[in-house]
Amino acid sequence: MRLRKYLVGKALWYVGALIVALVLNFLLPRLVPGNPVDAIVAQLGRSGAQAEQLKRIHEHYVAEFGLNQPMWAQFFTYVGNLLHFDLGTSFAQSPAKVGDLIAEALPWTLGLQLPAILIGWLVGNGLGALAAFKGGWFDRGAFLSSLFLSSMPYYCLAIILLYLFAVALRMLPPGGGYEPGLMPDWSLLFATDVLRHYWLPFFSLVIIFIGGQAVGMRSMAIYELNSDYVNYGRGLGLPDKRIVRYIFRNAMLPQVTGLALSIGTLVGGALITEIVFSYPGIGSLLFSAISQNDYPVIQAITLIIAIAVLASNFLVEIAYGFVDPRIRAARAGER
Amino acid sequence: MRMVRFTPRFWISAGVFLLVAAFALLGPIFVGDKLGEGVGGLYDPPSGAAWLGTDDLGHDIFTNLVFGTRTSLIIGLVAGAVATVIGVVLGLIAGYHGGVVEEALMGITNVALAIPGIVVLILLSVALDFRSIVAMAIVIAITSWPWTARAVRAQASSVKTREHLDVARLSGASTLNILLWDVLPYLMSYICMAFVLQVSSAILAEAGLSLLGLGPSDSVSLGIMLNWALVGESVRTGAWWAFVPPTLLLTFVAFTLLMLQSSLDEVFNPRLRRGRQRAGRPASVLTQVGAPAVDARSKEGSPGA
Repeated sequence: MRLRKYLVGKALWYVGALIVALVLNFLLPRLVPGNPVDAIVAQLGRSGAQAEQLKRIHEHYVAEFGLNQPMWAQFFTYVGNLLHFDLGTSFAQSPAKVGDLIAEALPWTLGLQLPAILIGWLVGNGLGALAAFKGGWFDRGAFLSSLFLSSMPYYCLAIILLYLFAVALRMLPPGGGYEPGLMPDWSLLFATDVLRHYWLPFFSLVIIFIGGQAVGMRSMAIYELNSDYVNYGRGLGLPDKRIVRYIFRNAMLPQVTGLALSIGTLVGGALITEIVFSYPGIGSLLFSAISQNDYPVIQAITLIIAIAVLASNFLVEIAYGFVDPRIRAARAGER
Repeated sequence: MRMVRFTPRFWISAGVFLLVAAFALLGPIFVGDKLGEGVGGLYDPPSGAAWLGTDDLGHDIFTNLVFGTRTSLIIGLVAGAVATVIGVVLGLIAGYHGGVVEEALMGITNVALAIPGIVVLILLSVALDFRSIVAMAIVIAITSWPWTARAVRAQASSVKTREHLDVARLSGASTLNILLWDVLPYLMSYICMAFVLQVSSAILAEAGLSLLGLGPSDSVSLGIMLNWALVGESVRTGAWWAFVPPTLLLTFVAFTLLMLQSSLDEVFNPRLRRGRQRAGRPASVLTQVGAPAVDARSKEGSPGA
């Protein structure tokens, strides 16, 4: 019974948060001074489109945004379109659908981020645990460098790596997802080319991620090392291997949560890396959308980022509710 | 270990941060007001006249760096202060008052926490027609106060059950006085650390927004310099003087503030000095702080509010 109450309560919270996110997204083009449709049509007019055509474009956008309806009706139009996975039409690349632009960019972002997060998590946790067990100079060195890396803005490392390996040493291509002349297909040639363009953005992300995970794992492991059950176990004469196993298990729980949460930042976590490397993912799409005032695209990207984060946080909370009865009780009391 | 290094670390990191601040404050005396003036050609390399060369518009990069650091620090400090004040006020009221007020305030806080900050940052910055430095700082503060509010709430509600508060209440002190003089002092150490973290994350948030093309209008910041360097293709043309200085300075400031925060942690928490253990991740600290508060309340019931 308590579990069910917990689950329902959590679900309500996240639905609430989702609605707030939707309202924020909905308000964006309407908060912009002046009517975005007029602005975009004026922009098209300057680039020499016909008056008749302009009028048709204007009507199209007014209907799409429902600008001739009252605010609440506009909101329901917006949500209704979203439920049909209709994210609207791009302003800058009209008549391209926003959904298609996103579908083109999203695989690049996921392909870059998912392996970086997983590998960074594995290596970082191993390094952190090792530093905690070994102590001494290894610990100090690993800890300080991890702390430095984890405090470093990820795009700063990206810029430095790009300059070193692509410009100064000329070992790797200086950006893009693949060579401009190539056509994307499933050939070996294209795959190796994609891989060559992949290394720099990948390493710039993975190194930062290792640093953050190592710092977290080290402090968790040290905390466990100093705990009573370890002392007791040592007093009983348990072999080190067994104690290490206990420590590792206990220290892992928050780290697993951390992994699940960072998977939620898949879409929004490395926007600037893509801009630095002109990688054809969501970050580059957002960058060009911002510079062209392409509100439907901006709106769609922020919505996807929000939904990804909300969904992963929600799943973590649900998992916690099942796994840990203490948390279930404490959280129920907290709210 | 024995944490003898805790004081030196504090002095070093505080000293380094003051040095950066002095660079931003006193720098203009040395560089004059060449900001926004063309002093050379496209990406002139460093020379005696332009110590760090020129950027894609022929502007002096050292001058940009001085004023950019100043803008970044101002945004960081203002955003950090605003976020900390909002967080402390809401957290104190929620934790001390309890009941419906607490539930309402923490409800807002939790929803604000759940929505990723970058989304709100992007939406608000896009909607702003002209982004002044203060407007940027406030936009950043709007997204960053909830962490502080939540942690302050947890601490305030654990302080709430202490006996000296009953004494204060009985002697007729007003709620405001109790909050200011009997509750707040217990939280000062935490608030200091939270402020330092807020400043550092605000500086990085500004840089991130600027790189997305949403930086402060009409001014130079470290992020804007990076944005110009990237858009101007300085990395690919090998003009390292355009992007290395802001990159290093940003990293440097972020690292210094993190060290300052962790050394403050050691200064304030004597427990951390004895063993080798450091404060865990924020989440685990929160649950540790939060859990006893919950226990205390359920056992004793809420003392006459």
